[in-house]
Amino acid sequence: MERVPVLKIGDILLVSIQIDMEDQVALQLQEDLADRIVSTGCHGVIIDISALDIVDSFVGRTLATIASVSRVLDAETVVVGMRPAVAITLVELGLSLPGIKTALNVELGMALLERDRGADFEPLVESEEP
Amino acid sequence: MSPPERLAVTSDQDVVRVRQLVRTVAVAVKLSLVDQTKLVTAASELARNTLVYGGGGSVEVTRVEDGRRDGIRIVFADEGPGIVDLDLALTDGYTTGGGLGLGLSGARRLVDEFDIDTRVGQGTTITVTKWCR
Repeated sequence: MERVPVLKIGDILLVSIQIDMEDQVALQLQEDLADRIVSTGCHGVIIDISALDIVDSFVGRTLATIASVSRVLDAETVVVGMRPAVAITLVELGLSLPGIKTALNVELGMALLERDRGADFEPLVESEEP
Repeated sequence: MSPPERLAVTSDQDVVRVRQLVRTVAVAVKLSLVDQTKLVTAASELARNTLVYGGGGSVEVTRVEDGRRDGIRIVFADEGPGIVDLDLALTDGYTTGGGLGLGLSGARRLVDEFDIDTRVGQGTTITVTKWCR
């Protein structure tokens, strides 16, 4: 069975899905990511789906589950690179991916994670100032 | 008219093959990119249903024309338990398999024609068609 690689870049885990995943491969990715979040202590996950020409309800549900599991493990997930035709199809299918943060590309996804993480820390930093 | 292409659906891998075959034919028929994406997504949902609920079956993809336009017809057939309450099965959010309950109802929205023939204890055949605009 093929496997989707999970790359660590600083405080972020990056996953770029480049293959047409069998359902089992998607479930394996879900498990691999949970393990890597715990073993690395990363606070952000970026899933790049720009190479996917469809996202059906199974993959959509897997993405939603990954986001929920990540949150429980103190990491935020951003899904990036969704193609316009995929977005139209997903919404018509009835999946609007509530609870999933999205960005147009990896760069914007990283900026979103940094901003959100920064916002969490800001009050602490300010309170230390005289 | 080209002959239909047929695939057996007995594993996760076969569902991937169905997506690839439908994509290839959709490109050949010159469906728009959005319509290709809708049809391949619908095919993915229905092929998974054939596997998960029908216990496996077959998928047949045919290029069709109605004199005015070209299209694709896909037939998903299984000899599984059939669907007891069809109205309920076509309701958004209803599932017996632990999914999101969007497969059947969602797939219907993504195609132009959707026909379902199901007999309890004998199986289910779903025929969908997408036409070029």
